Amino acid sequence: MAVAAVEDVKVLSDPLNPFVIRVLIALRLKRVEYELVEVQLAEPKSEILVKSNPVYKMVPVLLHRGKSICESAVIVQYIDEEWSDGGGSSSILPADPFNRATARFWAAYIDDKLTALIRALRVETEAEKATELAGQIRQVLGLLEEAFAECGKGKGFFGGDAVGYLDIALGSCLGWIMALEKGKSVKLLDAEELPRLAGWAERFLAEESVKGLVPDADEHLKIDEVAAARTSATPAA
Amino acid sequence: MPQTASLHLTNRLHIHIVLESESERERERGARMAEAVVLLDVWVSPFGQRCRIALAEKGVAYEYKEEDLANKSPLLLQANPVHKKIPVLIHDGKPVCESLVIVQYIDEVWSDGAPILPADPYARAQARFWGDFVDKKIYDCGIRLWKLKGEAHQEAKKEFIEILKVLEAELGDRKYFGGDAFGYVDIALVPFFAWFYTYETCGGFSVEAEAPKLVAWGKRCMERESVSQTLYDPLKVYEFVCSLKKKYGIE
Repeated sequence: MAVAAVEDVKVLSDPLNPFVIRVLIALRLKRVEYELVEVQLAEPKSEILVKSNPVYKMVPVLLHRGKSICESAVIVQYIDEEWSDGGGSSSILPADPFNRATARFWAAYIDDKLTALIRALRVETEAEKATELAGQIRQVLGLLEEAFAECGKGKGFFGGDAVGYLDIALGSCLGWIMALEKGKSVKLLDAEELPRLAGWAERFLAEESVKGLVPDADEHLKIDEVAAARTSATPAA
Repeated sequence: MPQTASLHLTNRLHIHIVLESESERERERGARMAEAVVLLDVWVSPFGQRCRIALAEKGVAYEYKEEDLANKSPLLLQANPVHKKIPVLIHDGKPVCESLVIVQYIDEVWSDGAPILPADPYARAQARFWGDFVDKKIYDCGIRLWKLKGEAHQEAKKEFIEILKVLEAELGDRKYFGGDAFGYVDIALVPFFAWFYTYETCGGFSVEAEAPKLVAWGKRCMERESVSQTLYDPLKVYEFVCSLKKKYGIE
């Protein structure tokens, strides 16, 4: 299968950022070569970041042909549409408008509810509150468990036979979900409670386009440990 | 109907009856098609208005159902069990939720009408980015303008003016956000044009002073029937917000 020509594609990145991982999976699905550029998010932010994403100054940013595209959901759809024919790579969004709407709906739901809960749990130090947050995450995953039956229609992924838009949206969160299960001693993606998602998660992480992008739990937890140490070391302003 | 002897007259009558039946069939067909598209909505909702404008731009007949959010219909609860919110577009019995998801759906299904999103992938990405920006920023900040007081209110005011200035800069000297053609970002933002009066009155600033190009853009959009037939008078919106304030016991 032909590899898409090197087209000077850069991704502004931050380690283990689920939104960045979405972009990388999408590029890999389309067999597009890219350069990963790690930027500084803490002040002072990298110049290239501020220039290419003046509105939010956040990652990911896709730089293609000198233009910048921001917001992971926007970037993934751009990748799907820009490299829509090449090398037999399948479409990331479904073909049918109703299925596309369903995929977009659930991806928006994940961004509305799940990612915020994950962020909150990462920094939660009180066990009781952590348990509460874990419960809320399980509720959200419960809805996605049901959605999986609807979207996947009995196939391996939300997108059917192949990894698609919604797989990417949720799958990119798996690294942190698994890390938090370990780090906070909570149950999130419980195989008993959420058998379809558990099976899907295994398949997703084994995918060629995903392999190597999601390091193990300890790698994730190390980041938060470092951040926490930095915060406690810094005297209060 | 009087019996007419002349064949000639009978033929004319026959034709007349045929024509009447045809237009009746068309009316029936139109009604059936409208039944196939249902919009669950609330009159003042800027999110619902996005869908109404998109449907109007595409010339799609639909049935509008006004929801009472204090007493949600079983249909709404069934069609949007996750959020229980409007708008919901129900097409051939299948529900589509989230206003910008609905607008994209309308664009993709009724693809023979004028395109809402442009063809070029980069232009589409820009449109989606700004549609998302409007979604993230305006409504929530706007609410703070009329709900909060004191320092929190001042902060909301500062933020809202900043949002206006960002949009003003993005619009620049273009006719519409998409350029020459009215499109996705215009549809995402224009319902809030009817809210500008409310925001500036509650916020204590002038939208025109802060973002004159944006106001001019809003007026241009109002020249389109899809927009002028959908947006309510800004005073009516203000009245609505005042009644909300009373309901929540806000001064």
